[in-house]
Amino acid sequence: MNKLKKSLGILWMLLAPAIILFLFWQAAEKIGKATEATRANVTLQWSIILIIFFPICVGLLIFGYYASKGYYEHLPESSAEITDY
Amino acid sequence: MSNNKPDKGMGFIIGASSVGTLIEWYDFYIFGMLATIISKQFFPEDSGTSALLSTLAIFAAGFIVRPFGALVFGRLGDKIGRKHTFLLTLVLMGGSTFAIGLVPGFKTIGWAAPILVLILRLVQGLALGGEYGGAATYVAEHAPANRRGYWTSWIQTTATLGLFLALGIILLIRQGQGIEKFSSEWGGWRYPFWISLLLVIVSIIIRMKMSESPMFAKVKAEGKTSVNPLKESFGHRANFKMVLLALFGAVMGQGVIWYTGQFYAQSFIENICKVNFSESRNMLLIAILLATPFFVIFGSLSDKIGRKWIMLLGMLLGICTYFPIYKCFIKLTSASNKTAMVDFAKTTKSEPIATIDGKDKKKMLVAVKYDTAYTDGAKFTYTKTDTIHFTADYTGNTTSVGYLLAKKDDPTLSDTFIVKAKTIAGITRPEGITFTKVEKKSAKPGVVIEKSLDNKTFWWMVLLIFVQVVYVTMVYGPMAAFLVELFPTKIRYTSMSLPYHIGNGVFGGLVPFLGTLIVEFTKSEQHPGGDPLAGLWYPIGVAILCVVIGTIYLSNKINTDVMD
Repeated sequence: MNKLKKSLGILWMLLAPAIILFLFWQAAEKIGKATEATRANVTLQWSIILIIFFPICVGLLIFGYYASKGYYEHLPESSAEITDY
Repeated sequence: MSNNKPDKGMGFIIGASSVGTLIEWYDFYIFGMLATIISKQFFPEDSGTSALLSTLAIFAAGFIVRPFGALVFGRLGDKIGRKHTFLLTLVLMGGSTFAIGLVPGFKTIGWAAPILVLILRLVQGLALGGEYGGAATYVAEHAPANRRGYWTSWIQTTATLGLFLALGIILLIRQGQGIEKFSSEWGGWRYPFWISLLLVIVSIIIRMKMSESPMFAKVKAEGKTSVNPLKESFGHRANFKMVLLALFGAVMGQGVIWYTGQFYAQSFIENICKVNFSESRNMLLIAILLATPFFVIFGSLSDKIGRKWIMLLGMLLGICTYFPIYKCFIKLTSASNKTAMVDFAKTTKSEPIATIDGKDKKKMLVAVKYDTAYTDGAKFTYTKTDTIHFTADYTGNTTSVGYLLAKKDDPTLSDTFIVKAKTIAGITRPEGITFTKVEKKSAKPGVVIEKSLDNKTFWWMVLLIFVQVVYVTMVYGPMAAFLVELFPTKIRYTSMSLPYHIGNGVFGGLVPFLGTLIVEFTKSEQHPGGDPLAGLWYPIGVAILCVVIGTIYLSNKINTDVMD
């Protein structure tokens, strides 16, 4: 199971930039297709989506990195393991 | 020790915490449910700036401000305590909701109206971001270790009951006043906002009687509170990895299952299946009411068998059954599966309405309404509309002109209207329209359908929504206990609030928007309507990812000790 956790970590790391690229592509397409009257509104909608998803995807990247490094092989069983920096 | 407190004491703690959270959800929902009226009153349709403000009010409050509120109030809750923080969020939420009900419309104060509403809406989002984490933490820190899932599941019912309360109050006022009066500038749509003040006052009085969480009080007395909860939560790998695991392995899946089961289902039934407003809301109310006890059942079960598998099973069931359920919605409400009454008197056609466009006298707008009764008792109303263009302005004195016939008598077929016309000296003239030449008969035909279902179909629909809400209870019931047990007392409020509000606010909140967007992808010239089920791929995709991560990385072990 630990090997699987580590291997999948690489997949999550790849998935994160893939999602961001997909969202950028979608944003560009939808803003490009919007009419003059709706362009500002569509741009705002997609800007908000990109702003909010970018840090989430960075989070997924970090999650993948932690997984690939084996940090999830053992989950903390007491708070001491978390707060003992 | 608080862990040994009798259940009677817990009843008060649950009641006091839940009422406040319920009111916060009520406040948040009424804005969404009255969005159409609010939009008309505060955001005039023909203004681009107004559309931008409206988008900000809807998107920003849910997606940006909620997680931000989680950080602001989470930090506060870990520094000054749970009790005072969630009192503050309650005051902010109640105050801003009440104030929205007092803002005069755009007609009266102009641009100040949408700007004020936007600011108040952002305050609502901020307060909501801080509320849930506080209430869940407070209850969990009082609950006995072996019943933490059971007691915190009561908090989980509040989101659903808040929706129920908001829907019930709005329907009641709407029915009492009638749509016209309800929708006017100072009409009944404002009452639910004003009622909020009363509810908040009651809740504040109750919450004032509560004492601080015993665990936080102990940490504070020992001088062990966090100096910088944000840094300790997200700046140290040991805790941050658990925040990420909570988000990607549990909460994001919960968010999409919740929003699909309650909000997307309602939107699908109204917009795709075309069931009328009142019946679709009634279905949802009944389904929610019947399914709500399952929050407590699954919360309690999670104390015995662990949280992980109940939550993941709820997601898995959603993944496997959403397509069949939504296909059933379409099938049950489709006219092709029903037999229209043979007796023609049961299928009635209203007098056609034809009016000349006030701004463009070359345009005539026509509408014909059909009521079609089916043998099973269902009644579908089809309002067919069309625009007829002339080459010259209509110069008659009346706005109701001509006599129109549908091309076919079968109202279930989408046909175009033609004008019953006479040909005189080579010029085709619609009857009743003199000296006006028809350029084209059909510009943009449309059919508005509103379905009233028979009793049997109605209850089948309720059952299908109920099943989805039960999935919600499976993923959401044990969630608070699961999150509380992941993090230590001194940074618990901050650490659990952020993943919760990203999972629900962002992943869940985007279900309707991204669902509609995916349906748009499937539209083509051959299939102008697209695939109505395609929107389900977003929640299903997110839930699959969450189930995979949750299955592999999460532990099913219950952490009985949350005292540290």
